[in-house]
Amino acid sequence: MRWVLLVLSLGQFAIAWNAAGAERQHREVTIADPFIELHTGPGKGYPVFFVAERGEQIELKMRRTEWFKVQVARGQEGWVHFEQLATTLDTDGEPFDLPMLGFNDYAARRWEVGALYGDFGGANVVGAYGALSFTPNLSGELWVSQALGRFSDSTMVTMNIVHIMYPDWRASPYFTLGGGMIKTEPKATLVATTDRTDSLALAGVGARVYLTRRFVFRAEYKTHVVFTSRDDNEEVREWKAGISFFF
Amino acid sequence: MESRHLVLLLALTLGVGSLTGCGRDRLVRADDGTQPPVIEPDIERREIEPPRIDTEDFEVGIFAGQISVEDFGVNTVTGARFAYHVTEGFFVELAGGRADTELTSFERLSGAAQLLTDSEREYSYYNVSLGYNIFPGEHYIGKNRAMNTATYVIGGVGKTTFAGDDRFTINFGMGMRLMPLDWLAIHGDIRDHVFDIDLLGQEKTSHNLEAHLGVTFFF
Repeated sequence: MRWVLLVLSLGQFAIAWNAAGAERQHREVTIADPFIELHTGPGKGYPVFFVAERGEQIELKMRRTEWFKVQVARGQEGWVHFEQLATTLDTDGEPFDLPMLGFNDYAARRWEVGALYGDFGGANVVGAYGALSFTPNLSGELWVSQALGRFSDSTMVTMNIVHIMYPDWRASPYFTLGGGMIKTEPKATLVATTDRTDSLALAGVGARVYLTRRFVFRAEYKTHVVFTSRDDNEEVREWKAGISFFF
Repeated sequence: MESRHLVLLLALTLGVGSLTGCGRDRLVRADDGTQPPVIEPDIERREIEPPRIDTEDFEVGIFAGQISVEDFGVNTVTGARFAYHVTEGFFVELAGGRADTELTSFERLSGAAQLLTDSEREYSYYNVSLGYNIFPGEHYIGKNRAMNTATYVIGGVGKTTFAGDDRFTINFGMGMRLMPLDWLAIHGDIRDHVFDIDLLGQEKTSHNLEAHLGVTFFF
């Protein structure tokens, strides 16, 4: 019930956000391309229903992914791909700088979140992380992962330091070191077992590739040492790949 | 005579040099310190405002429908979803839902035997999925109204908690997004949740089909 309330309040927030967006001042720009095509929706598949010429004034109303909703002087509203607006001019005749994210923003990123999926010692693992960049090379990551296996399920929380070797390359290898806690719950169908919580340390290597906009692909291999209360420590190997977004 | 000429030339050069080079330097320095500038610059700094355009790539909403839990009947499912639209085609979705399952046929027929406790009977899941809008289009209502639509395929991984255990789950399916307004969408979805379960002795793969309707807001 609580999360229904949470979602409802989020919905409320979304409506309020939209109302606030409607009041926000729109940007007037002049078309510099020979013509722009207005689509009925934000995608290449939606039909073109109107064409506006060079020199016409248009108003930028909102944006969804790579598409801008514009209103032309005669009142028609439609969606234009950002490439057609890349050379527009603002009201002073200066080139209008469209806020599009690129590789430069990737290099200057500060926050990053992502989700990866893979194999944790034979179990399926889904992990999510948040990262903060201290320098272009060095960042700190907080991971929460859940491994679901045949005989047991584990939940892990770890803190990692990541060293990216070539931060100004589109694809770069990285090294990581970290530590944290792991909680292991054996399956209910097994008899005479108890849940246990242990600390662990890990080391890993990986690669990250900048794809487009805020999108980063990343794959990694980590080896974990779980400090169990038994005689010997447990070693677990983990492979993961997934997608991250940066801010 | 020759050397006197040379001395004169050198003296002249020195004099001219001090007047032009070093002298100018001294003059400028004197000017800086004492005299006010002749023209007071009256430049109004132009406020360079970064273009602020409302970006609506996030989607949040709730859904309700029916889920057929293998061996445990068809049950009402409710949930919430959050999506981020990465490009015009791709989006990432985080969703969660829950349902209370009913008795199996065996439990009904045998009368007393109960396979699960009430808390174990609760079916809940979360998943992370990647979707792709394969068929963007329009739907027409009457003569004057058109609605943008998108049919998407979606699949991902997640966790299902059912019968006292967490189970790794794969989900895949199709859905349709109807957009009456730019910030409001109505979803219709069909999803299959697949996981392995060993509750009835032998391990088997269980398919759990879900159909739901939902509403989402873009922000």
